Amino acid sequence: MCGIVGTLSCHGGGPVEARTVRRMLAAIRHRGPDEFGVYLFNHQQCSLGLGNARLSIIDLAGGQQPISNEDGTKWIVFNGEIFNYIELRKQLEGLGHRMATDCDTEVVLHLFEQYGPECLEHLNGQFALAIWDETAGELFLARDRCGIRPLYYTRQAGRLVFASEIKAILAHDGVSAELDPVAIDQVFTYWSAISPRTAFGQIRSLPPGHWLTVGRDGEGRDGEVGQGRYFRVAFPAAGSEPHRNLDTAADQLRELLIDAIRLRLRADVPVGAYLSGGLDSSAITALTHRCTSNRLETFSIAFTDKAFDESDFQWQMARHLGTRHHLITCSHADIGRVFPDVVRHAETPIMRTGPAPLFMLSELVRKQGFKVVLTGEGADEFLAGYNLFKEAKVRRFWARQPDSAGRPALLGRLYQYIADLPSGNIAYLRKFFGQGLAETSSPTYSHDLRWRNTGRTKRLFCESMQTAIARAAEDSSGAAGPSERGLHELDLPGDFDRLSPLAQAQYLEAAIFLPEYLLSSQGDRMGMAHSVEGRFPFLDHRVIEFCGRLAPRLKLCGLNEKHLLKHAMREMLPEVVCARRKQPYRAPIHASFFPDGKPLPWVSEAVSAESLESAGCFNPSAVGRLVKKVERFGSLGETDDMALAGVLSTQLVHRQFVADFRTPADLSAEENVKTVIRTGRSPVATSQLPV
Amino acid sequence: MNTSERVRNFLAENFLLDSNGFTLDDDASLLEKGVVDSSGILELTAFIEEAFGIEVADEELVPDNFDSVNRITAYVKSKT
Repeated sequence: MCGIVGTLSCHGGGPVEARTVRRMLAAIRHRGPDEFGVYLFNHQQCSLGLGNARLSIIDLAGGQQPISNEDGTKWIVFNGEIFNYIELRKQLEGLGHRMATDCDTEVVLHLFEQYGPECLEHLNGQFALAIWDETAGELFLARDRCGIRPLYYTRQAGRLVFASEIKAILAHDGVSAELDPVAIDQVFTYWSAISPRTAFGQIRSLPPGHWLTVGRDGEGRDGEVGQGRYFRVAFPAAGSEPHRNLDTAADQLRELLIDAIRLRLRADVPVGAYLSGGLDSSAITALTHRCTSNRLETFSIAFTDKAFDESDFQWQMARHLGTRHHLITCSHADIGRVFPDVVRHAETPIMRTGPAPLFMLSELVRKQGFKVVLTGEGADEFLAGYNLFKEAKVRRFWARQPDSAGRPALLGRLYQYIADLPSGNIAYLRKFFGQGLAETSSPTYSHDLRWRNTGRTKRLFCESMQTAIARAAEDSSGAAGPSERGLHELDLPGDFDRLSPLAQAQYLEAAIFLPEYLLSSQGDRMGMAHSVEGRFPFLDHRVIEFCGRLAPRLKLCGLNEKHLLKHAMREMLPEVVCARRKQPYRAPIHASFFPDGKPLPWVSEAVSAESLESAGCFNPSAVGRLVKKVERFGSLGETDDMALAGVLSTQLVHRQFVADFRTPADLSAEENVKTVIRTGRSPVATSQLPV
Repeated sequence: MNTSERVRNFLAENFLLDSNGFTLDDDASLLEKGVVDSSGILELTAFIEEAFGIEVADEELVPDNFDSVNRITAYVKSKT
């Protein structure tokens, strides 16, 4: 696990200097920091710099990057792990390839040498990579199927600049960023911008399951930047799903998960596991326990605010499996304290504080000497765990008899606050959840109500922001508005309307929430902030493909979510874990920013009239009213809480990346940097010293 | 300030967050217009009880009584 950076100029942009690449690497030092690598190719026609910050996990001694093929004509910088690298290596050696190291990075390079972009289909892993072909003069960029590892790029001043994190791109001379109103609009609707958009107008994200090539003349062979898609989450047409038997599917799921875990235990360092107390991480931990004879070490978050705490369930699971369990307790004050750092790592506005405890958890993991953890993300998307899926099912059921009293009452089984409504009467339930009830043919039926509700947070946008968003909508062809354009950018599959309603909802979650928020802001960024790599057995592509072929009732049986997973794990988990009501992972918001109703100092600064006007996103008087609500009532409803987190994080993003971005200093002389310099003929120099 | 004005001001200050005041029609559905969501009804009820010194019975917490400025005004008048 690592970070990568690069800069390519093919129009006389001048040679790339090593210090340019090193400064970019310094910005993402946390994604290493075991060692670094710089590659320079300065030719008359083009100049290229590549860089790697390495977190050494496989082949600790021999895997320093950049790595080349046998004759030095292809070079790779790589962020990630290829879990089936041992099997791929055997195949490649059988085809005559010779490797100098034992690491998976070199395997990827040779696989590319053998198959070109099709090599991606052979990989079982999580990655972002850059391969430079000196002979063809082409740069190949690629990202894993689900978006576990990030990759951003910008084309400014005739250069293509790319990196694992936006802060490294901004460390490059001549590159700047401004907030993108359409992206902010998307965040305040979908919880995230939709790839290729990022929070910054000039900076793009390579979407998951995609690759990109740039040729020597700065464009692709046909004058266009080449881009392709090698993976899309797929579901068969409704009614044709092949896996329909519960017991058979349970056996197959368990086998696939065990193999996914077995592969993900491949490391030259110890591997731990996150334990949230819920079904998914408990399942992974229980199966991992079966795969290793070492005593497993597990890590969890506890909250001082009991409304959010799951530590009882975590301890039950840890005792059940006999793991050595580590716990970090997170208070409101902790969240308020770390939130600016959290946003600096997330590099996007966020509508929740959920990433903050995970930021603290990865610090605990690192302090305990671990670089790698297994974790349960992915099950809710591919095995139907979210309440959203149940909500959509109930609403479709209700839509068949809109006047029914009993049908909407089923929603009380999903949401505690509904059950808490006085007298349990369903009048408000009917009114709120009945909006758009009959629009069952909408491809986004499952999500429309939620997006509409989240979209209430946009009443805080200032007039110029609203104007910019409206103007972008006018520029867009065929879309009703920029948020709808985001869905167009999503590129739904052509057969989407033939999928089952559950599969449609799952697709949307897997395409938006999973890569753009869960794996990014809560996953990669929070782990890598403390140099910790997460590994996701549920996101093994074989598990995803299998789950995609399950009959809907194996996933959501009535209103019983993750039915198949519970059945598959029933003999390995305590009954209390399988039977537990789904508890969405949440962290406190307003109490973290306004202890005793008073804003933290950084919060006061962020919502000051001056800061708000400088960022130009929010109406100062509307924000002032929101602040007064917190100060007066000491509490906020869910939508206002999201608005507060959204405003504060947007302000932080503006300050940290637009108004006051601090270009990092160079890597230090003590840091281990391998530098390779080539001019297109023989190598000029390879050194371990800074140039 | 009469009842309707107090209700409009409260909605503008705390739900619309709008310094221009309550800009919707007094008959507009607060839920359908996205002014109040399903959890915001509790906040609105607390204001009504505190501002007008009344107690909202469980069976009275229905959209017929709370889903527009006019409905809220009529409800408050019926209780005072």
